[in-house]
Amino acid sequence: MNESALKKLKTLAESAKYDVSCASSGTTRNNKNKTLGSAAGWGICHSFTEDGRCVSLFKIMLTNNCMYDCAYCVNRRSNDIPRATFEAEELVSLTIEFYRRNYIEGLFLSSGVIKNPDYTMERMLAVVKSLRTEHRFNGYIHMKSIPGASRELVRQAGLYADRLSVNIEIPSEQNLKLIAPEKDYQSVYKPMSYIHQGLLENQEERQKFRHAPRFVPAGQSTQMIIGATPETDRQILGLSSLLYRQPSMKRVYYSGYVPVNKSDSRLPILEIPPLVRENRLYQADWLMRFYHFKANEITDEKFPNLDLSVDPKLGWALRHPEYFPVDINKADYEMILRVPGIGVKSAQMIIASRRYSKLGHWELKKIGVVMKRAQYFITCNELTHYTIQEARPEYVRKMLTDKSKKNQKDPNQLLLNFSE
Amino acid sequence: MTFFVYDGTFEGLLCAVFESYSRKIVPDYVIFEKEQLSLFSDDVVSIVSNAEQATRVWKGLQKKLSASACSMLAVTSMASDYPDLGSLLFRYVRKTFDTQKSIETNFGDSDVLVVSKLYKKVSRESNRVIQFVRFQKTVDNIFFAPIDPIHNVLPLVVKHFTNRFADQKWVIYDMRRHYGYYFDLKTTQEIIFENLQADLESGKLSENVLAHDEKLFQQLWKTYFKSMTIKERINPKLHRQNLPKRFWKYLTEKQ
Repeated sequence: MNESALKKLKTLAESAKYDVSCASSGTTRNNKNKTLGSAAGWGICHSFTEDGRCVSLFKIMLTNNCMYDCAYCVNRRSNDIPRATFEAEELVSLTIEFYRRNYIEGLFLSSGVIKNPDYTMERMLAVVKSLRTEHRFNGYIHMKSIPGASRELVRQAGLYADRLSVNIEIPSEQNLKLIAPEKDYQSVYKPMSYIHQGLLENQEERQKFRHAPRFVPAGQSTQMIIGATPETDRQILGLSSLLYRQPSMKRVYYSGYVPVNKSDSRLPILEIPPLVRENRLYQADWLMRFYHFKANEITDEKFPNLDLSVDPKLGWALRHPEYFPVDINKADYEMILRVPGIGVKSAQMIIASRRYSKLGHWELKKIGVVMKRAQYFITCNELTHYTIQEARPEYVRKMLTDKSKKNQKDPNQLLLNFSE
Repeated sequence: MTFFVYDGTFEGLLCAVFESYSRKIVPDYVIFEKEQLSLFSDDVVSIVSNAEQATRVWKGLQKKLSASACSMLAVTSMASDYPDLGSLLFRYVRKTFDTQKSIETNFGDSDVLVVSKLYKKVSRESNRVIQFVRFQKTVDNIFFAPIDPIHNVLPLVVKHFTNRFADQKWVIYDMRRHYGYYFDLKTTQEIIFENLQADLESGKLSENVLAHDEKLFQQLWKTYFKSMTIKERINPKLHRQNLPKRFWKYLTEKQ
């Protein structure tokens, strides 16, 4: 470990940072026989960078040399950037030393493609294997599966890693081919299905043999770049909900396009990354995973894109006033979940506490319901308020989006000067 | 007004409940020893901790409450930052015994709600300690980390670190409450440093006790941390929200 390692670390971290995934959840592994490390099922973030993203895993590339020339990628062949490659031992010792100081929760290993996908996978495997077998490391390992890698290598990787991921990157195949001519959906979906099948087989095996080694216990994830190509939110969410149908798919990440490469005619010119859209997509993703929404409820033919000024749940409620107001003391859980301003936790608390007594505005507020939003959509054990039925959706939308106006002074308002 | 004065431990609190039932009085406040009594304290009962009584009350609680609610109470009793903690927990326990049905999910009741919120606060603080502990390696291969949490959460996180760093010696020291835990590869025990070195107040060990490669790894980590930031997305508000400023003083990457 010396100055050259420092330089390499800087170069390869810069190259790895655009991958958004950093979750360290999904695996619980206790420490065995006084070795190093453990994995907590809920995931632990150890730091946060100045852009607010969490640093949970030591996210690093084995090398940023790459034979592909994908227009969106900072590491593409035609870019003139510093290149570096880690030796397996260097990366292993960095991971262990960082882990011992409680800087990180584990390793997230990615790599540019060198020679061919299988060769790259083998080099990555060497790192992961050394951590797990030589150093008996029990921390979390997330490994990228290189598109186009063979079934055997994916299987081996799955025995050492907690989570594998293959990135889709562009949400439709024709645009992927336009932007990354050397890639296609086949090469992405194949490793994905290897992982999925491996997981299913492993589940069956573990039913027969309780101590059979686990295969990617934390499942797989993927990532899509948002705003680099003209897909609508409806297409993106449709694809996500298809992916979530595989039980092994734990997370789909959305990464607002950051123009890392200047002057490529195939990509749009953006002033700032589409951060609001990215946020709305994550909210929609949450609605699908935790709020029992379907993709075609969040967006439809009439509204193929998410409304950027309101969150998707409020957007749905405003388009469907016929479901409201909801009686908090009688409605079922599914319906309470759909009320804007009530989250999963509050909904569960409402269901639990209404067995004891009826709930009114005050109790709801104390429970943590955002009454500013919820008031238009509920009735509770009090006189009915001014709900969406009386107020009309247009008015509710205006009340809930005009927050900037309220604090601003009207320039036409005349002021009396009371100061002496 | 009636006051119960207890020693601030969870055991003491359970004894206060015992005392209340055996004397058939309900105090207006249950307070720590060090807290000042108000001007209107006519009746002051000081509670002597007694393991036998505490166990009896605890067993009774376990019959009335689910296991998760019991552990929630024990965790909440570490909320040293909450001003009237004794009275709150006392009321919660009395209510549990005085009602037929278990009260633990009745969030319409303000005491139940406050206890559950306080529990969340304490467990969030203990999670943050788990997240933000930063060890420094010393010449004698002991990993040392100072912490300064607002609630007394160190006892809650010791198990996590004992399990995780089972092959290295470590010390985690609460600088605010002046005690810590030391793991010697076999057991974890409580320790108190008699005289903290002056430079330890800042949390940084002096150069001559640091392991020879410690500075290098700190440098590597700082470099890594800096290069992970995407300049186009800088968001200081979110940064401070996720990584509260009060933790910065002991974070290697924020030095």
